[in-house]
Amino acid sequence: MNVKRPSLAVEVAGIKLRNPVMPASGTFGYGEEYAPFVDLNRLGAIVTKGLSLNPKAGNPMPRIAETTSGMLNAIGLQNVGIDAFVGKKCPYYRDVETPVFANFFGNTLEEYGEVARRLCDVPEVTALELNISCPNVKQGGIVFGTDPKAAAEVVSLVRKANAKPLIVKLSPNVTDITVIARAVEEAGADAISCINTLTGMAIDIRTRRPKIANRTGGLSGPAIRPVAVRMTHQVVQAVKIPVIGIGGIMTAADALEFLIVGAKAVQVGTANFVDPAAMLTIIEGIEAFLVEEGVDDVNQIIGSLKT
Amino acid sequence: MKNYQTIILSNLEISPGYWRMRILAPGFAASSSPGQFVMLRPEQALPTMLRRPFGIFRTGCLPAECAGLPPREYMEILYKIVGQGTRIMSELHAGDRVELLGPLGNGFILSDNDCAKLLVGGGIGLVPLFMLAEALIARGQHVRLLMGGRTRDDILAVTEFERLGVETYVSTDDGSLGEEGFVTNVLERKLDKYPCAEVYACGPMPMLNAVEKICAGRNVPLQVSLEAHMACGVGACLGCVVKGAGHSDQFPNYLCTCKEGPVFAATRLDWGRAADSADACAKGGCR
Repeated sequence: MNVKRPSLAVEVAGIKLRNPVMPASGTFGYGEEYAPFVDLNRLGAIVTKGLSLNPKAGNPMPRIAETTSGMLNAIGLQNVGIDAFVGKKCPYYRDVETPVFANFFGNTLEEYGEVARRLCDVPEVTALELNISCPNVKQGGIVFGTDPKAAAEVVSLVRKANAKPLIVKLSPNVTDITVIARAVEEAGADAISCINTLTGMAIDIRTRRPKIANRTGGLSGPAIRPVAVRMTHQVVQAVKIPVIGIGGIMTAADALEFLIVGAKAVQVGTANFVDPAAMLTIIEGIEAFLVEEGVDDVNQIIGSLKT
Repeated sequence: MKNYQTIILSNLEISPGYWRMRILAPGFAASSSPGQFVMLRPEQALPTMLRRPFGIFRTGCLPAECAGLPPREYMEILYKIVGQGTRIMSELHAGDRVELLGPLGNGFILSDNDCAKLLVGGGIGLVPLFMLAEALIARGQHVRLLMGGRTRDDILAVTEFERLGVETYVSTDDGSLGEEGFVTNVLERKLDKYPCAEVYACGPMPMLNAVEKICAGRNVPLQVSLEAHMACGVGACLGCVVKGAGHSDQFPNYLCTCKEGPVFAATRLDWGRAADSADACAKGGCR
């Protein structure tokens, strides 16, 4: 029997993706680091480490700690800075067919605008992912992600500075994520990605010190997946723009939960550390699921939640 | 560098709290160099999930189990039980499945000069020194191993070094094996005797700090192999950075232990001298 391979192609913020699977920012470097294990041309998209106007040192060590079914991190957005990214990292993308989403952040509103402007004339970057949700830095990031007015302000500023498709990455560390989601939609976001990590803390009982130097860190991994599925579901209900689901996806079944509640695509984070080829296994698993279910297009699965 | 889905050939306790795991890894030896490491996890890993980094102890080959089959190439790690992850590993048996990513990182840089080659190992820090000793001996060098530990239980695999032809010196803090005292005392004595020397060290941070001070004071080249908590092992997560030389809050210089190390020339790292002198000033020690 000759079975026709199901279509995995999806469209997010006007960008056609060959499949709905991409890395979560900060877990895949700039892509190049994982090229020995992952054919980058098989991914739906590449999402870069968070970029800032100037290079950023990041937080003191220790920066990571494993917790039950998850990990805490407080890297502190260490990155090469926007100029080094454009000059040294982007040329690598010329031989890659997969769309590149540049994740970026600023310490101030002005910095957000300036980074967005500098990404205008970078042909290797297909879309922007605006980070207003990093829990590990004092300034910027989370300040803009927990207040709907501040979130709308930074989104409309970036919207004016750069015409590329704009994805806004939301924090779960809020009372009602749908309020922020609606605010960024109204301010001109083309898509939403959710969720970033949940703020957490772990203690070394012998030294009585926090396990990471920043005291608190962002919790990721399978421990947060049910929270992430719930929030993705809520955001999908609240807005009309596409949503990218993120949070503890380790397997194809995990990814399918997000697609079924209505995410157009998913991001895989912590799983990349556990298995560098995790995203390929997930893509193959989604395809196998569609074949089993007799579904010929993944879009028939997206938003197919029965309640 | 490869992601092996493979099996354990053996997993034995070699000293209280220290284990030796042999893992089937075809093609591994040819691709690895002394000082590199692997990221390892059991296939059934829960409740832990992330891989753990381990120095490569040695590689080797077993004869084929049956005529016509290829010989079985393996790599070995020595590890100490320090937490949940390593405890779970110690409970695995021959035939259990593991995922092995490696070899990773940059190893030792070897030289062919006539200076004495002094290898300094503290406890489990001995691990990356075995393949280094093998490589130096293969180049016709005479190798001395200075091995230290708290007690005799922390002194591992010394006879294996001796069988290679390495001259070994053992010291323990409590004198339960070899000389009583720190391995750094032995190092100072050897450097008195062989002023032209190159030192390669791996062990706990206080030992490495002391070794660095001794070597810097005598202008003896030093390479150190560092340990760090890691998530990815390939330079992506930035969870394992160390301060490089000249690091400051204003001009940060973080180096990835996994990608730029784990072996560093000591001169590439920040050994806290600025902090030392600031501390000395605070105590009224500087003019």
